[in-house]
Amino acid sequence: MATPRVLPGFGISLGITITWLSLIVLIPLAALVAKSMTLTFSQFWEVISATRTLAAMRLSFGAAFVAALVNLVAGVVIAWVLVRYRFPGRRLADALIDLPFALPTAVAGIALTQLYAPNGWIGSCFVPGTTLGDATLWLVGPHGVLEAIIGSTGVLVDQEGLKLAFSAIGVTLALIFVTLPFVVRTLQPIIEELPQELEEAAASMGASRFAVVRRVILPELLPAAITGFALAFARGVGEYGSVIFIAGNIQGETEIAPLLIVIQLEQYQYGAATAIAVFMLCVSFALLLAINALQRWSNRRAREGG
Amino acid sequence: MQRRPHLTEPVWLRTILIVMVLGWLGLFLILPLVVVFHEALQRGWQTYLAAFTQRDAQHAIQLSLLTAAISVVLNTTFGIAAAWLLTRYRFRGRQVLLTLVDLPFAVSPVIAGLVFVLLFGLQGLLGPTLREWNIQIIFALPGIVLATVFVTLPFVVRELIPIMEAVGSEEEQAARVLGASGFTILWRITLPNVKWGLLYGVILCTARALGEFGAVSVVSGHIRGQTSTLPLHIEVLYNDYQSSAAFACASLLSLFGVVVLVVKEVVAWRQRAQLARSNGSAT
Repeated sequence: MATPRVLPGFGISLGITITWLSLIVLIPLAALVAKSMTLTFSQFWEVISATRTLAAMRLSFGAAFVAALVNLVAGVVIAWVLVRYRFPGRRLADALIDLPFALPTAVAGIALTQLYAPNGWIGSCFVPGTTLGDATLWLVGPHGVLEAIIGSTGVLVDQEGLKLAFSAIGVTLALIFVTLPFVVRTLQPIIEELPQELEEAAASMGASRFAVVRRVILPELLPAAITGFALAFARGVGEYGSVIFIAGNIQGETEIAPLLIVIQLEQYQYGAATAIAVFMLCVSFALLLAINALQRWSNRRAREGG
Repeated sequence: MQRRPHLTEPVWLRTILIVMVLGWLGLFLILPLVVVFHEALQRGWQTYLAAFTQRDAQHAIQLSLLTAAISVVLNTTFGIAAAWLLTRYRFRGRQVLLTLVDLPFAVSPVIAGLVFVLLFGLQGLLGPTLREWNIQIIFALPGIVLATVFVTLPFVVRELIPIMEAVGSEEEQAARVLGASGFTILWRITLPNVKWGLLYGVILCTARALGEFGAVSVVSGHIRGQTSTLPLHIEVLYNDYQSSAAFACASLLSLFGVVVLVVKEVVAWRQRAQLARSNGSAT
C-alpha cells in the first residue's frame, strides 16, 4: 500500500523490530528446526510412537480438548451474562476473568493441587464417607451404576473415591482454570456489537426468545466462539506450570507431553525432546492456521452479508 | 441498559444464569486465590514472614526482580519500536511480522526453554564455541533472561498496537509538518497518547516475567541459591513439603497478579475518559 511516509523512523523501527525478532524468536526456533533435521524419520517415528509418548500426547490433547469444550459452553454463558445483564458484582466478576493470565502458573498449580487433593477443601468433599463421595462412588465407582450400564468405569475412580487431583481429571481442572479467559474475552466484543435490529426483527415476526437465541444470536457468535475454543485448546496443550503439580506425573498415566520434553532434556536426550516438541508445534501451527482461515471466512461472510 | 421484555430472557432465567456464572467464577477463580492466602497465613504471621528471610528465598526474589527488570526494559523498547512500525506504516511483510510477534503466545513455555538449550546448551549448536570462550548461558542468568524475554515478548506490543491504531497519526503528522523531529514526536505526542496502555503493558509484562515457570525451569538447572527464580523456589519448597513457605512466596506473586487486574481496570477507565475527551474536542 502506498501510504506516503511522512513520519520519520521507518528505518530505525524496522531495524529494531527485525533484529529483536530474529535474535529472540527466529534464530532459536531455527535451532529447533535444524536439530530436528538431524533426526532421520525412523528416529523421529520411534520417539513419537513410543507407548509413553503416545500416552502423554493423548492426555495433553485430550485434557486440553475437554477443558476447551467446558470453557466453550461456560464461556458463552459467562460472556452473555457479563455483557447483557446488570447485577451487583458485575464489574468485579468481569475484572476477575483475567486472573488466570495474571497469576503465575506455578502459583495456580500449587493452589489447585491444595484445593483438589483428598484433604483439600474440594477434594475432601469427594472422599468416601461423605455424602458427595458416597454418591459418586455409587454412581461411577466399582460396582456402581455406570459400571452396571457400560461395563467399565475407566481409571478415574477407585476404592478411595473420585480422584480429582493426581489424575486426568486434575489435569483437566487445571486446564479449565488456565484457559477460562479465552472464549469469554473473544466473545465479549462480539456480543456488545450484535445489531439489536436482528433480534427485534426476529421477535417482531413472532419468533420466541428461545428461537431468537438459537437461530439468530448463536450463529452470529459461532466464529468467535470457535476462535476462543481453538486458542484455549492450543494453550492447554502446551501448558506446563499449572498442570505438573496436580497431575501427579505417574509414567504412562498422568504424564503430560511438555513434562516428557523436560524429562528427555534432563536425560540429555536432545533428539527425543526435539521430536516431541516439533510434533506439538506442528499441531499447534495447524490449529492457528485453521483459526486464521476461519476468521477470514467469517469476516468475508459478514462483509457479503452486510 | 434496559431492554424490552421480548428482547431479553425472563427474569427467572436471568437470575439462574447470573447465579450460575457467579458460582462458577467463585469455584474456579476466587477459591484458588483464597487458598493461596489461607495456606500462607495458616501458621501465623511469624511463619509467613520467616519464609522471606531464608537465604534461598531472598536470592530467588532478587534473581526474579533482576530478570524481570532486564526483560521488561528490553521488551518495552522493542514494543514501542515495533508498535510504531506496525501501526504507522504499511509495507510488504507487515503481516509476517505481526504473526512473528504473536508466535511466543502459541509456543509451549517448555519448548521456549528447549530452543535455547538446543542453541546454547553443552551439546547445542553453539555449545562448543561458548565453552571455548568460557561463556555460560544455559544454567545461568543469561539463559533465564533469554527464556523470559521470549515468553514476554508480545505483551507490550500487543497492548500498544490497538491503542495506536485507535488514536491515529494525525497529530504526529501535524507535528512533522510543523518541523518536529522524530524523537520529539515520539516523546511529546505518541507516548503521552498511549501512556496508560503502555503502563498496563509494562505491568503485565513484569508480572509474567516474575512468574514465568516452564521456560525458566528448562534453562535454569535448578541450582538452589544460584539459578532458582521465585516460581522455581516455590516448586522446591512445595515438593519439600514446606507448604506454608511455598504458599507465602506464592502469595507475593498473587498480590502482584491482583495489582495487574486493578491496573487494567484503572487503565480501561482512563482510556475511555481520554477517548471521550478527544472526541469531545474534535466535534
